[in-house]
Amino acid sequence: MPAPGVLLIITVVLIVLALVYYLVSTIVALKQITDGLDDTIASVVEIIEKSTPVNEVVVDINTNLDVAVGALEGLLVKKAGMVDAIGLVEGLYPGAGATGFREHGTTKAPRISEVYTRGTLTLARLGREAPVAVLSPNGPALRNAAYGSAASRKLYPANRPQRSPVIGTDSPIQYEASDADSSAV
Amino acid sequence: MTLWWILDLVLLLVVLPVVIYLLNGVLKEAKGIVPSINRISTAAAAGSKDLDAVPLLLTTQDQVRQTVALVADYGGSLNTILDDA
Repeated sequence: MPAPGVLLIITVVLIVLALVYYLVSTIVALKQITDGLDDTIASVVEIIEKSTPVNEVVVDINTNLDVAVGALEGLLVKKAGMVDAIGLVEGLYPGAGATGFREHGTTKAPRISEVYTRGTLTLARLGREAPVAVLSPNGPALRNAAYGSAASRKLYPANRPQRSPVIGTDSPIQYEASDADSSAV
Repeated sequence: MTLWWILDLVLLLVVLPVVIYLLNGVLKEAKGIVPSINRISTAAAAGSKDLDAVPLLLTTQDQVRQTVALVADYGGSLNTILDDA
C-alpha cells in the first residue's frame, strides 16, 4: 500500500476516535443533565402540590382577620369616639394614628395626656411599664419590677377597692339593664 | 500521487483540528450545564422541604376562625356593657 493511503487511513481513524471520545463524553454529560432535571422536576412538582391550597387558606385567614379587625375598630370607635380612639392608638403605637382605621379613616390625634385619665394612660403605657419590658431594646422599663405594687396603689390613692366586683346572675349590681336591647349583642 | 498527499495533509492539518475544536466546544458547554442543574435541583429540593409546614396553615386557619368567633363574642358583650361615646 502506498504511503499516502496509509496516512489517509491513519487520519480517518484519528478523526473517528476523536468523534467517539467527544460524543461519548457529551452523552455522559447530557445524561447527568437529564438526571438532574428529573430531580428538579420532581421537587418542583412537590412544590406545586404543597402550595396548591395555600392561596385558598391564606385568603380565608385574611378574610376572617379582616372581619375581626373591622369589628374591633368599629367597637373602639363606637365606644371611645373617633378622636379618643385615634388618640389611644397613637398612644400605644406612635405614628399609627396617621394611618388610622381601615373603615373609619383617621383624624388628628389628641395629646394623650390632656384627654385620658390616669388609669387609661397607665393602661396605654402598660407595655413599657411591664416588668418584662426590662429587656426592651427601646430603653429601661418605666415600672420598677421590685416595687411594682406602689405603681398600682397610685391608681387608687384614696380608696382602693377591697375586692373584685361580683359578677354573675347573683351579683348585687347587674351590669345589663333589664330593658336592654338584646339585639345589640 | 501528489493529490493524495494534499488530501492527507488537508485531513490531518485542517479537518481533524476543526472536528476536535467543534466537539470540544460542545462537550465544554454540556459539562458547564451540569453544575447549574445540580444547584437548581438542590434549591428546588430545599424549597419543597420548606413547604413541609404548609399543612399547619390548616391548623392556623381553624385557630383563626375560633379566635375570631371568641372576639366576636367578647365584642358583643363589650358592646352591651360599655356605653357609647
